[in-house]
Amino acid sequence: MVKLTEGRGKELFRKYGIPVPNGLTVSSPEDAEQAVRTGKVPSPCVVKAQVLSGGRGKGGAVRFASTPEEARAAAAAILGSVFQGETVREVLLEEKVSIARELYVSFALDRSLRLPVLMASARGGVEIESVGDVEIDRQPIEPFPGLAAYERRRAAVVLGLRGPLAAELDRFLVGLYRLFDREDAELAEVNPLAVVGDRLLALDAKVTIEDDAAFRHPEYASIRDDRTPLEELAREKDIAFVQLDGDIGVIANGAGLTMATLDVLKEFGGAPGVFLDLGGTDDPKKVTEAFLLMAKAKPRAVFLNIFGGVTRCDTVASGLVTALGSVPPAERFPLVARIRGHNEAEGIAILRAAGVTSVPDLRASAQAVVAAAKEAR
Amino acid sequence: MTVLVDTSTRVVVQGITGHQGMVHTQGMREFGTQVVAGVTPGKGGTSVEGVPVFDSVREAVSATGANASCVFVPAPFAKDALLEAVDAGLKLCVLVTEHIPFHDMLVMYHYARSQGTRIIGPNCPGIASPGRAKVGIIPNVVFRPGRVGVISRSGTLTYEIVNGIKEQGLGQSTCIGLGGDPIVGTSFVDALPLFEADPDTDLMVLVGEIGGTAEEDAAELIRKSFSKPVVAYIAGRSAPPGKRMGHAGAIISRGRGTAASKVEALERAGARVARLPYEVSEIVAELARGASRR
Repeated sequence: MVKLTEGRGKELFRKYGIPVPNGLTVSSPEDAEQAVRTGKVPSPCVVKAQVLSGGRGKGGAVRFASTPEEARAAAAAILGSVFQGETVREVLLEEKVSIARELYVSFALDRSLRLPVLMASARGGVEIESVGDVEIDRQPIEPFPGLAAYERRRAAVVLGLRGPLAAELDRFLVGLYRLFDREDAELAEVNPLAVVGDRLLALDAKVTIEDDAAFRHPEYASIRDDRTPLEELAREKDIAFVQLDGDIGVIANGAGLTMATLDVLKEFGGAPGVFLDLGGTDDPKKVTEAFLLMAKAKPRAVFLNIFGGVTRCDTVASGLVTALGSVPPAERFPLVARIRGHNEAEGIAILRAAGVTSVPDLRASAQAVVAAAKEAR
Repeated sequence: MTVLVDTSTRVVVQGITGHQGMVHTQGMREFGTQVVAGVTPGKGGTSVEGVPVFDSVREAVSATGANASCVFVPAPFAKDALLEAVDAGLKLCVLVTEHIPFHDMLVMYHYARSQGTRIIGPNCPGIASPGRAKVGIIPNVVFRPGRVGVISRSGTLTYEIVNGIKEQGLGQSTCIGLGGDPIVGTSFVDALPLFEADPDTDLMVLVGEIGGTAEEDAAELIRKSFSKPVVAYIAGRSAPPGKRMGHAGAIISRGRGTAASKVEALERAGARVARLPYEVSEIVAELARGASRR
């Protein structure tokens, strides 16, 4: 999922005709000062850390400034700081507006309904998750007709908007739905949607774009979450890479089997560290790549749990033995391999002949790798 | 009677000339499935493993009487492939393809439903009924004919659990890998009534995962209208929670979606929930032995 910062989300909002406050994203205190001095951003203004985590207001990542100097100082205080694990690299400077009411609207997918839902609440703001279901209106949107005018009118009633503000909301929702649909968004959320005089303004923007739609959105390719070099390498090889606190590396194929493997390791007192999910494949080349990647993560022991579907187990085992030989001696680690499926007896024989612990039973193999990790401590 | 596939199933493979298409065409035939046609636009008139290839699904259907499709077409073209299969009148489409954008799936699912076509998948291993037919990619070696029905959101974990049932000396009536994507054509709730009505299924295995509320929805249906014993496993009890963004997800799921919420809902509905994957087949065997003693 590509998560857009507020600033990038608001750029998209502008593109779809959704009203946002006047503002500018900058990455240095000097630029912040300059933006206010030249009037590009009207003062007084708000200085907001561009991070993906929520709760910025309460966490000191949003400040106010009424002079160029104050804007500089606010930006200097926020830039480079770490907010919930994220380093702040940009701040958004925005005109300060006087808010009459804070509302909530979003488009998101309801998996159970298999439909997008338009959610609207008159009680927008930071406490939206604690607002009861009766005060959050949900309308499923059928994809063929798309968002209908009567659905937008209903949202206006729910939000208590009349006259020009209702007309404004109508345009707002048309734009937001179009963005959700055309940009392949998973989420397009505005909280708060502010009533400012006779205008509506999106004061925040939470937009996430689906990874699977990347093929038709090359423009998002450069926007990526912070990744470690190992995570980047895994990504290039199309291997899911997750880093946990433990010391046992896990390589498995398929998300379900990977999660089940972690469950079993935990059961026997093991602590999973890096885990690599090859996806549904048992391609020996990919198994080998994952294995070499794992060596770089320096685990105390590794558990390889592959269920062979397409490829025969003996082919996967031979590939693994070759890969083992190419790991530098300094990077070697105890390995317990469990390869099940077609021709598994032959696969196990190949592994054992090469000195690899190979246990077909899931319980016993998990116990073996937990013991190996303890011994290596 | 059976669930969705039987010996009269005649499969057209969309994307048959690709690597996956070829490999799994062979696998399906070895399982005993009638694979009667393949489709790859531009390659009509050729053949793969003796299976005739056509340019369009409509031609394949009229020439061979195909009545089910197995789709291996890459994600950017999968929507078109599915719409073509629906318009050619096919009533069962198994979408093996992974990484289909959910905005495409929205259109695919609702259009297929409006035309009376059932989708299994996407990003799924498909459906198999030992001794009858397989549409998809589940390895043949894990199966043995029997009376246990299996539905699962996973791929390889399904193979693992189905294999475990075989190793207990039992077998499967029908196994469906539903796929793990946000929008699936057939969910637990859609599949369970088919097994309830299937006289060849005595016992149900349900393999779920953390995320979404499909298992909680299934529990509700089991409580109300499913009479056969259910053994369940939820993968990911120990997985760390993902970072989330925005509030909409939390408002929609309202605390559901965690392993604890799913296990509790299923247990309340009377299902036996295994803590670990290998316990599934052990509980199944225990229940099957109990039933045969009665």
